Amino acid sequence: MSALPPLSPVESNDPVEVPRRVALVRPDARPSIRRSSDKFVMAYPHLIIREVILFQVVVIFLTIMALIFNAPLEGIANPVETPNPAKAPWYFLGMQELLHYFPPFVAGVLIPGLVVVALAVIPYARINLTAGPLWKGSDEKKTTLAVAGVASVLVLFFGGFQCWAAAVPTAAVAGAMFMARGGSNGGRWKQAMARLTLPQWIMTWFVVLATVLTIIGTYFRGPGWSFVWPWTRMVHS
Amino acid sequence: MNTPSLDSLGLWLRGTSVYRSIVRHGSTETNRNRSLIVFENLFLHVHPVKVREKTLRFKHTYWLGGITIVCLVVLVATGVPLMFYYHPSVPQAYQDMKELKYVVDNGIFLRNLHRWGAHLMVFGAFLHMLRVFYHGAYQPPRQFNWVVGVFLLVLTLFLSYTGYLLPWDQLAFWGVSVGTNMAREAPVIGDKLRFFLLGGNAVSENALLRFYVLHCVVLPVVLFMFLGVHIWRIRKDGGVKGPSEDAPDVFHEDEP
Repeated sequence: MSALPPLSPVESNDPVEVPRRVALVRPDARPSIRRSSDKFVMAYPHLIIREVILFQVVVIFLTIMALIFNAPLEGIANPVETPNPAKAPWYFLGMQELLHYFPPFVAGVLIPGLVVVALAVIPYARINLTAGPLWKGSDEKKTTLAVAGVASVLVLFFGGFQCWAAAVPTAAVAGAMFMARGGSNGGRWKQAMARLTLPQWIMTWFVVLATVLTIIGTYFRGPGWSFVWPWTRMVHS
Repeated sequence: MNTPSLDSLGLWLRGTSVYRSIVRHGSTETNRNRSLIVFENLFLHVHPVKVREKTLRFKHTYWLGGITIVCLVVLVATGVPLMFYYHPSVPQAYQDMKELKYVVDNGIFLRNLHRWGAHLMVFGAFLHMLRVFYHGAYQPPRQFNWVVGVFLLVLTLFLSYTGYLLPWDQLAFWGVSVGTNMAREAPVIGDKLRFFLLGGNAVSENALLRFYVLHCVVLPVVLFMFLGVHIWRIRKDGGVKGPSEDAPDVFHEDEP
């Protein structure tokens, strides 16, 4: 019986022939090889059973919704009969509300385009280098001036277009930013506000604005995009 | 004689050569088998074999991304049968809505499920984005996955918007007219872009066909591609990240 041919060095298990390599892991290395003291559990069953339950909960919720509420269906499309007001789907009504104040190019192209670009570059824009709460450990005088300055420019800009739906929430968010100063000694809400970083404040401003504009566009706009109360809207339609 | 129980039937089934040719791992409760269940299954292998226990807590993610994906599954499952009953032509598209309501068994239920699933998916995607932002989960090493997520949000909106036209009622027609009139305001390419989207100068039968193809083929395919990357990157970026106070991630970006 002849001996097997010698293994090529690659397949060899001999530590002398193929020395074990030691890798130097840099702090910015792939996260999956970073050491962690967290407790791990098996994905099956712990994660997967939760996903199955989540699936069932969402499907049951949607089934109940579908049994109770019918999807809207109006008369057949008629290009010569324009409904008043003609409204876009709810997630575009904030944009349509802006269209009421700004030229179409600004409301329909510039602002949505800027929003998408701004969202996409968030992780790469390091605007808050200290990564800490807005007021903590920063020059309070400088921060005060910056917040007051930017807020007044924005409020004046929106006010100039008579866009109170954006000017008032902007002023309110700026007010909340000042309220957060020294809030670490206050109640639960003040403490939560005091923890917000500058990027978080900017996002909060965006969310408040988008929510207010969408709600106004959805519930408070009637014929000719005039302001109506939600309970009078039904009379027109 | 022993009465055969369901358990013994299952045990026998799992021993057959056919079953073993499909599922190679054993059925005993060992950690080895639990690992094999995940990485020998095409559909489960997007998961890591082990996950951090704290990421399973409700407040870690609020399961918002999961809700969005479940909505997507519901939308595909209801969307395909809806295609059986739908013709993207005028006025048949509208007649098909009436048929769904009055003729097709459970047709209105199918349409309702698709409609409310779509709303929940848009809403869920928004909330998921906010959750990720306020937990700082877009920070390194997850920057790129955030960008993929923004693409997914835009795709979700386009999907919802193209679907909005398909019933061909007044709501659909004028909702889409308002939106595509905005596209016209884009500098230089505005009019061309609108013509390209609508297949004409106004919302018409051509627009219905284009939106139908975008809604049922083009956008879902692109969405699934981006979604694949999105989910795969979660694992590659070290799992889901929750509130920063219980997951201190220290990065030294300024180091060479």
